[in-house]
Amino acid sequence: MTSPTIHIRDLCKTYIVTEREAGVLAALQSLVRRHMEKVVAVDGLTFDVAPGEIVGFLGPNGAGKTTTLKMLSGLLYPTAGEVTVLGSIPSRREKDFLRQITLIMGQRNQLVWDLPAIDSFELNRAIYRIPTPDYRRTLNELVELLELGSLINKPVRNLSLGERMKCEIAAALLHRPQVLFLDEPTIGLDVTMQRRIRAFITEYNRRYGAAVLLTSHYMADVEALCRRVVVIHHGKLLYDGELSGLVQRFTAHKTIVVQLEDCLADLDLYGEVMTCEDGYVTLRVPKTETARVTERLLADLPVIDLTVEDPPIEEVIEQVFAQEAL
Amino acid sequence: MRCRTWTCTSKQERGGYPRCPVTMSLSGSINLAHHNQLVWDIPAIDSFELNRAIYRIPQTDYRRTLDELTDLLELEPLLNKPVRNLSLGERMKCEVAAALLHRPQVLFLDEPTIGLDVTMQRRIRTFVAEYNRRYGATVLLTSHYMADVEALCRRVVVIHHGKLLFDGELSSLVQRFSAHKTIVVQLGDCLADLSSYGQVVTCEDGYVTLRVPKAETARVTERLLADLPVVDLTVEDPPIEEVIEQVFAQEAA
Amino acid sequence: MRALLDVYVQQFKTTLASQLQYRAALVIWMLGHVLDPLIYLVVWSTVSRSSGGSVGGFTTGEFAAYFVVLMLVNHATFSWLMWEYDYRIRHGTLSFALLRPVHPIHADIADNVSFKLITFVFMLPIAIGLAIVFRATLHLSPWAVAAFAPALLLAFLVRFFLEWTLAMVAFWTTRVSAINQMYFVVALFLSGQVAPLSLFPFPIQVAAAILPFRWTIGFPVELLLGRLTPIEALTGLAVQAAWLALSLALLRLVWRAGVRVYSAVGA
Repeated sequence: MTSPTIHIRDLCKTYIVTEREAGVLAALQSLVRRHMEKVVAVDGLTFDVAPGEIVGFLGPNGAGKTTTLKMLSGLLYPTAGEVTVLGSIPSRREKDFLRQITLIMGQRNQLVWDLPAIDSFELNRAIYRIPTPDYRRTLNELVELLELGSLINKPVRNLSLGERMKCEIAAALLHRPQVLFLDEPTIGLDVTMQRRIRAFITEYNRRYGAAVLLTSHYMADVEALCRRVVVIHHGKLLYDGELSGLVQRFTAHKTIVVQLEDCLADLDLYGEVMTCEDGYVTLRVPKTETARVTERLLADLPVIDLTVEDPPIEEVIEQVFAQEAL
Repeated sequence: MRCRTWTCTSKQERGGYPRCPVTMSLSGSINLAHHNQLVWDIPAIDSFELNRAIYRIPQTDYRRTLDELTDLLELEPLLNKPVRNLSLGERMKCEVAAALLHRPQVLFLDEPTIGLDVTMQRRIRTFVAEYNRRYGATVLLTSHYMADVEALCRRVVVIHHGKLLFDGELSSLVQRFSAHKTIVVQLGDCLADLSSYGQVVTCEDGYVTLRVPKAETARVTERLLADLPVVDLTVEDPPIEEVIEQVFAQEAA
Repeated sequence: MRALLDVYVQQFKTTLASQLQYRAALVIWMLGHVLDPLIYLVVWSTVSRSSGGSVGGFTTGEFAAYFVVLMLVNHATFSWLMWEYDYRIRHGTLSFALLRPVHPIHADIADNVSFKLITFVFMLPIAIGLAIVFRATLHLSPWAVAAFAPALLLAFLVRFFLEWTLAMVAFWTTRVSAINQMYFVVALFLSGQVAPLSLFPFPIQVAAAILPFRWTIGFPVELLLGRLTPIEALTGLAVQAAWLALSLALLRLVWRAGVRVYSAVGA
């Protein structure tokens, strides 16, 4: 049994923040006496990631995902608990450790703003001590996979958001890290670019066996990339397992939309009628009944067109989040 | 953030206080170099008070609007924290609130749900829909998140390379660019040959994915259910993202 | 070591190119560094002329020489990072530096030196021009010139490390402007920028010698102008070396403590 690439046990992070009332009087008061409050961002988190695994890290805003990623990459000191990545303790920020990881944050720039991306790449080559032949080879592969072409020779400030993200990703991967922390990598990108980035990550994982821990609010990212998801809420672990298992557990229904001539027919026998508009009837049926009900509908009624869908995964996730909030 | 007031010759009365039409721009793009509405170091509520003064919002209206916004956006625990201590999503919520305190009549929403979790995305959408319903505000929304568009907009305007590509109902855009539907049937295994029913895309663990012309959907589904031991099925339009991708690709070609 | 050299080469390429993009900023900084000592030069020259040609052992020409050399030394040793670090921490841009397997100080050193390499091309002729206009009198001796180089280098390093450490204050408070201002007011007097240190009362001079300020600007200036004996020069170099070790140790300490409390907000 190979040791996990990422190992987290009872990880905790507590912030101390100031809080005060509105207004100038309170501001003056706060000069003398500051009202401190403890915020628990991560509360006893435990999970492992195996080498080469792509894991989706889900949770509502403020759940502690980014805090966890920062602890895993050595930016933050944990308050308590154990964390090792590739056998090193991240907060020690050892050079060998930093050379094997990368943290890509959506819409954030590490490239030098006024210069072509290629100059930033050269800088990274020196910083990460990448031997020149390896650098050339990786650079060519990345340029090809991300379709960078002549983009790398334009000043970064002249690139569009999508082009800039692609260059940022390339810069972050020049040293062929074994562990990728991706914090909302597709944020703000158009659909075409989102899909390309996803395809790229899949390919990178396939080629180099890198472990990937990905957070995203775009469920399309998660569905496309992650078999396994870890869900956290209020800093605690809610679920750790297959995405499909999560969907199974929280959706007992499917939605059938049939297009008829009009809304006159009464379809209560078939399932729970949600709406009817312009002849489009929306029904909710228990998952297990789907095939049977569909068969009956098609046999009994003059159906022009139909759709049979799982609830959108966003709804599922919403339910999951709502669960622990109760 | 851009917010302009036009001086006008006739004052319009809306919601009980005289106002000139005021446009508001709410940008969701997260560039932490500039913060749209909120002062970084002080609690959000202080920035709200500042806006109240800037927009000359009468106290009663301000209180009422603030209460509504606090309720809708669940701002209660956030108002007294310095903005820099808030998470991204919490900050966005406060930005939205700050931008709407003066009840503008025109909303420019530039990626308003960016960086927010699914629950909050839905709440913002619901909120925008409600705001539009209550105050009759005009909303121009850009978003790469198709769920925003599907939930809020009946009409869409598509532009590419600075030119207008499409202006009309979202549903007809979908009609025009998707001629197929996807049927996924769950059988016992992958042995059956289903090419007579439609174009077989994949088969994995007994789940067969078929592509059929839109007009054939009902017929093919009926046949599949009659002929085969179908455990479960799904019949879907192509994801709207694919449709949009095709639209963009059209003009790129 | 070679790897670090490679980093510096690449770092210099980017910082030089970046600095050149902001020519207006370069001009403004230079202007400030010329005007400040120029004002004191004019004041002290006037005082000296109306006091019979000299004050406290400095003739009018020697005052001119003092402030022209001070202008160059101050420019060579100054840093601006303490004004920026607050932004880096509050907006999380420091995170990128922390993710890299090199200490962030190297990028800042390269940035600082790039600035000076570019601006010195203009500062030097300006200094020479001012020296001519104000009839500066320089008594240069070979050994003083030779000792000046290491003195200047040590002054730069000590000042840079101390001010980098000062910048770290941003880890603990957001009100760094006030602290920076305090530092600069004290430095202004105790480093010899307002007037040559020998003109100050003895207690001030002692303070300036105990604190690092004299050793960051005043000492190299006095050395080049030939106002020190060889023994004083050697002692001074030794004190500088001691301050180098001290400032480095302080830097390490504060950096480690700062990183621990870094909360990476905004990133």
